[in-house]
Amino acid sequence: MRAVQTREQPQAVLPRRHILDLNDFTREEIETVFRTTDGMKEILTRQIKKVPTLRGKTVLTLFYEASTRTRVSFEQAGKILGADVINLTTSTSSVVKGESLVDTGRTLQAVRADVIVIRHASAGAPYLLAQHLQCSVVNAGDGAHAHPTQALLDLYTIREKLGRIEGLKVAIVGDILYSRVARSNLWGLSTMGARVVLCGPPPLLPAGFPPPADAVVAGGPALPPVTVETDVDRALDGADVVMALRIQHERMKGGLLPSMTEYARRYQVTEERMARAKPGALVLHPGPMNEGVEISPDVAHGTQSVIQEQVTNGVAVRMALLYLLCAREA
Amino acid sequence: MPAEKVLLTADDIRRALTRIAHEVVERNRGVEGLVFVGLLTRGVPLARRLAERIREFEGAAVPVGALDITLYRDDLSARQKPVVRGTDVPVDLADKRVILVDDVLFTGRSIRAALDAVMDLGRPQSVQLAVLVDRGHRELPVRPDYVGKNVPSSRTEDIQVRLQEVDGKDEVVLTRSEE
Repeated sequence: MRAVQTREQPQAVLPRRHILDLNDFTREEIETVFRTTDGMKEILTRQIKKVPTLRGKTVLTLFYEASTRTRVSFEQAGKILGADVINLTTSTSSVVKGESLVDTGRTLQAVRADVIVIRHASAGAPYLLAQHLQCSVVNAGDGAHAHPTQALLDLYTIREKLGRIEGLKVAIVGDILYSRVARSNLWGLSTMGARVVLCGPPPLLPAGFPPPADAVVAGGPALPPVTVETDVDRALDGADVVMALRIQHERMKGGLLPSMTEYARRYQVTEERMARAKPGALVLHPGPMNEGVEISPDVAHGTQSVIQEQVTNGVAVRMALLYLLCAREA
Repeated sequence: MPAEKVLLTADDIRRALTRIAHEVVERNRGVEGLVFVGLLTRGVPLARRLAERIREFEGAAVPVGALDITLYRDDLSARQKPVVRGTDVPVDLADKRVILVDDVLFTGRSIRAALDAVMDLGRPQSVQLAVLVDRGHRELPVRPDYVGKNVPSSRTEDIQVRLQEVDGKDEVVLTRSEE
């Protein structure tokens, strides 16, 4: 009956139960996320920023690694949409008694979580969970592998500020080796038609990078086309977007960099180096920042920086994703 | 192609809107504090036309907003979902007389959602409802204040409002569903 009334309305459909990485996201799916996010942003500007859309749904965040913005952003997104949000901190859970990831996941599903948002130090952990559970699983970062919601908010911010992504030169500078943000962005940016240049010192670039153009994994390309550059000035030359990545001390097992001072001298995104990029080029950083290491304070807080907008957009993008995942459940 | 029967022509729509515009001003004794809020999609051009009529004969501008009720619906999981398009109401609704505008009034569930959506934007002094077509079959206690045309219909029939701004022409048609 209701279908009669709404027959002509456009449909927003994300044909997937889980969000694990962007490698298999089509351009249409990314556009659907963008359109839905546009609608969600308006709610953030309201005095009463709350809608009842996900009333009765439960979003559970399961973080095996530290996080400020990703966890808070998912919690805020769920709460604004009216969902109940439960945050599980592994240090106070049965994980410390040795409960396995899959068993923890089954327990959370049994308490009727609709969406489990997981961050884990091991690449692939969200995939394992998704294989064993019927509820939706969202990857909020797995090791050095993927961070799809961060990449979507980066893409959204670029599109919002520059009006398009197609044809832009995007330089990603820093610790590529350990960066799940860079990996997910690589897929998303190239699907949307951007030209990506990865830049970092050789010890922080993955071995065998870039792979031969004809390398395939499981029938698909191993990586989208990408340029690798060890000279930061060349990487930034004519760039529309410069993304600085955090040097991840906690993942480095010694000896990769001679010193932070040396890294900063060679690779820090500074005002002087930004002069090589296009006028009005954007500066992004997924946070948390080491100011004075990968990015200089004047750039981080300067007029080209959209780092705060990234955080706000992160809430809107995650609202859109939770909405699209929950609404597909019939 | 199912058979179509024209219920309202472009002229009928124009006259109905002119009458509703006059009724709104008469009932509210002027335009002080009035705000038209159209429900997306077709309520918005109807709201703009009502404001335009009032500007012509009263010489006063009534603000017009657009309301997206997608996030307030009560059937999120029950059907394919429409795109979230975002609300755009340019004025503070606190203490205003809000007139919701929609094309077809049917079960009343859209209006229930619209009331929730409006209340989240502020606390209006009152809310009234104007619709181009009332086709009956209410499932909730909702009653319109201004009606273009009452159309007794069967649930298997479909009533479509077409507007110049959205569909390229003005008409209201009744189609019988093939099932």
